[in-house]
Amino acid sequence: MNRKIKLTVQLIYLCVILVTPNRLLAADGKLIGTAGLMQVEGSGGGGIVPWATISGYDSRDQISVSAVATQVDVDDYRLNMLGASLSLYDRLELSIAHQRFDLKTLGGDIKQNIFGVKYRVFGDVVFSDLPQLSVGLQHKRLEDKAIATALGADSSSNGTDFYIAATKVHLGAIGGFNAVWNLTARATRANEMGLLGFGGPENDDYEIMLEASAGILFSRHLAVGAEYRQKPDNLGLGEDDWVDYFVSYIPSKDLNITLAWAKLGTIAGAADQSGLYLSINGQLR
Amino acid sequence: MQQIKVACIFQSMDNYGNTMTKSIFLPLTILLLIISGCAAKQESVYSQLGGQSKIDEIVDNFVSEIEFDETILRYFEGSNIDRFKEKLSEQICKRTGGPCEYTGDSMEAVHTGMNITEGDFNRTVDLLINAMDKADVPHRLQNQILKVLAPTRDEMLYL
Ligand code: HEM
Repeated sequence: MNRKIKLTVQLIYLCVILVTPNRLLAADGKLIGTAGLMQVEGSGGGGIVPWATISGYDSRDQISVSAVATQVDVDDYRLNMLGASLSLYDRLELSIAHQRFDLKTLGGDIKQNIFGVKYRVFGDVVFSDLPQLSVGLQHKRLEDKAIATALGADSSSNGTDFYIAATKVHLGAIGGFNAVWNLTARATRANEMGLLGFGGPENDDYEIMLEASAGILFSRHLAVGAEYRQKPDNLGLGEDDWVDYFVSYIPSKDLNITLAWAKLGTIAGAADQSGLYLSINGQLR
Repeated sequence: MQQIKVACIFQSMDNYGNTMTKSIFLPLTILLLIISGCAAKQESVYSQLGGQSKIDEIVDNFVSEIEFDETILRYFEGSNIDRFKEKLSEQICKRTGGPCEYTGDSMEAVHTGMNITEGDFNRTVDLLINAMDKADVPHRLQNQILKVLAPTRDEMLYL
């Protein structure tokens, strides 16, 4: 089946699932707007940064299943991502994501699968005094490694990122609005999230990268914020840090639609890659 | 004033996002922003609400929300609702900075033995939000009320 059709079919399927009555069974044990989204690598988070939050609205007595479809369309590239995650008792999150990175100007694409695990160590993002703290990993398996190795990445085409994240919602903190912040430290060897492989001539070791998000919830249904993600430059291609500014619309606990402006800088030699990020997150159960 | 601070952070992210790599400037800015936001001082939430009559309205609405919620209603079987209303009203008045004394039992003593789950606690908070919506409490004041009630959570969960 043609890939575009396949993606469309999957999107329609997602939408159908979202409107079927079984959502009445959905876990709803967290405050609306505090479950966050699933980020581009499938972990619960913001848009580009994994957070300490466990995706979905499950509380300590519930499980939840979430799905996401995301597209980031910048000047010379387009990232398509589909993901799903299972959250257990607001403690453990298991996620899977498929990324397809279209090379719009060069033609062709690069595909990658990411398996994620996240464990909440302590805290409740809204109610505890300390932030919620989680540790996680993202195991990345590159399907098409030709481009990565041609650019000088090592030949294994597999890599695992490890991260620790702290997230906190402050009730009524900024002019009475709820505010959320997140800080993440990630140990990684990945080039452009792994799409351009792992390690390279400039650096072959794990490096610690800092990532951050901040947002304001202007109502229970609308969040606005920004994110920052530091990136290594193992290939010596001037890989840039990423920034995005997002608006999230949260009509119900089952659905989240996020629109962002993503500034991804130089990617594989092509400078100033910016464009729209669109993501639909749904909680299925 | 606070809106200006918010604008500042977006501005600084724009300037530093692409040029200032390997920097912890941004996370620090965010932290500062949050802290300065938290430190903002203003008149009591109680008086912003408009005093006791608004609190009573919230409590009345809250009780009818509970009556229509099977899950939470179970907890209240055999409870004296008039007493509950009176004590909860005092509790909210006191915590929002109003001129009340709380004459009820401690949160721990009242809720121990109920084994309130995290899910049910959050569900009750949802009902309280509905109650505040129906009493036309502005979103930002709702957040202030949730903020002063939030610390009670540890005194009642899974006890
Ligand atoms: C923000 C959180 C809460 C606050 C501030 C709060 C406050 C209170 C107060 C002030 C009373 C009256 C105490 C007295 O009679 O001396 C009370 C009673 C009660 N609360 Fe809560 N409560 C909260 C959450 C909950 C939750 C989540 C549940 C159950 C799901 C619950 C169930 C009850 C019940 C059943 C009573 C009546 C006890 C009796 O009849 O003796 N409360 N609460």
